[in-house]
Amino acid sequence: MKYLIALLVMGLLTNNFVLSKFYGICPFLGVSKKLNTAVGMSAAVIVVMLMATAATYPINKMLINNNLEYLQTVVFILVIAALVQMVEIVLKRFMKPLYNALGIYLPLITTNCAVLGVVLLNVQEEYNFIQAMVNSLGAGLGFMLAMVLFAGVRKKMEDCEVPEFLKGLPITLVAASLVSLSFLGFSGIIEGMGLI
Amino acid sequence: MAEKKSLGKEFTKGLIKENPVLRLVLGTCPTLAVTTSVTNAIGMGVAATIVLVCSNIAISALRKIIPDKVRIPAYIVIIASFVTIVQMLVKAFVPALNTALGAFLPLIVVNCIILGRAEAFASKNTVLYSAVDGLGMGIGFTTALCLMGTCREILGAGTFLNGIQDLLVLFGDNVLGGWNGFDFNNGLSAVNLQPITLFILPAGGFFVFGILMALANKIAAGRGKPKAELHGCAHCPMAGSCTKLLENGEKNGKCGNGDKDGKNGENDKIGERNTEKEGAAV
Repeated sequence: MKYLIALLVMGLLTNNFVLSKFYGICPFLGVSKKLNTAVGMSAAVIVVMLMATAATYPINKMLINNNLEYLQTVVFILVIAALVQMVEIVLKRFMKPLYNALGIYLPLITTNCAVLGVVLLNVQEEYNFIQAMVNSLGAGLGFMLAMVLFAGVRKKMEDCEVPEFLKGLPITLVAASLVSLSFLGFSGIIEGMGLI
Repeated sequence: MAEKKSLGKEFTKGLIKENPVLRLVLGTCPTLAVTTSVTNAIGMGVAATIVLVCSNIAISALRKIIPDKVRIPAYIVIIASFVTIVQMLVKAFVPALNTALGAFLPLIVVNCIILGRAEAFASKNTVLYSAVDGLGMGIGFTTALCLMGTCREILGAGTFLNGIQDLLVLFGDNVLGGWNGFDFNNGLSAVNLQPITLFILPAGGFFVFGILMALANKIAAGRGKPKAELHGCAHCPMAGSCTKLLENGEKNGKCGNGDKDGKNGENDKIGERNTEKEGAAV
């Protein structure tokens, strides 16, 4: 149990998926302009991450049992792509309001390295099913935290006078650097809380 | 792409004019993640270049066979196969690199540069041109990674090309005669200086990338070229949905299904976005 909490805190704060592991930088920079799109995108990422982890776990076991580990990358990306398509169809048919809220973000997620990244990490670290799910949840929540925080930073930044050559992407990256720096302050929190 | 093409031009455009990292802003995740040392940057760049050239060749050779509707899944499978091959080769011959790159080696699959070149170039051009385009883009990617790696490693760790022997282990155990990169730390501590560790931390990655991007913009502006914007999505097959997303979040703009509309509408959508951006800037 302690280990699970540690995994969650790690994904959320100390080893934040976006700010210290650099997964999913494209949506982090591209979709964080407005708060509502940032929240929508991260919610969709959390859902897909959890489903992808649940779906790939038994598949990975099957691959290992048949000595087919080398197919992991190919199989995982196809499973994620198919899963995203299916989620989209199901949401569209049965949960129209949710589809309206999350639907547009779903196709983007197929080629998002955060989802494939978390699945591959779970395999590399040899987590069991519960640990893998908690790790994915932590990663997804960490993604959401980074997105929401950064949306706020960018909103403030819009009112700032920025030198011409820094305008646009460069200043966004420098701001991301400062947000990432602030997350350094959490290092040691796991040891401090006695979780490991 | 209608104008006259020459092989040299296709090769050199990826190096500077359309540098995938600093001008097109593609593949940002590996750029930030693996550039803590030049050695890792070279390893990542070479691995991605091999995948890029091979997948460009395969996709361009198969471009008339792959049905338009399922082209994206087909490209992903082709790319994933080459990534798996490269991953196995790296594991077998350069194990240190496999450890250093971690999950980012298999994650070459979702690197926008590769899918982007498949969609934008290899699916429309002959095998030879696609191979040259892939090589140019790959070398451009490697150069940008090395540039970032150099800044970060020298400032952050006080070394340069540290661990290069691990990368060259393929050619023999002692190919550089025991030399394993420069180390400035002794010289630095002699004058009471320490490397700025921040630069090899994640925050330093964002910072160096931002400053390099600003420099690239400055140089481009001097030549009357537009700024690098995050139009990464425009080169990505999912462009339709992404653009809609940034506009007003309408739900009818999905483009991940491989329909032709996405392709045709891509250009005017980019135009729309740019005008929107200019409007916002004013």
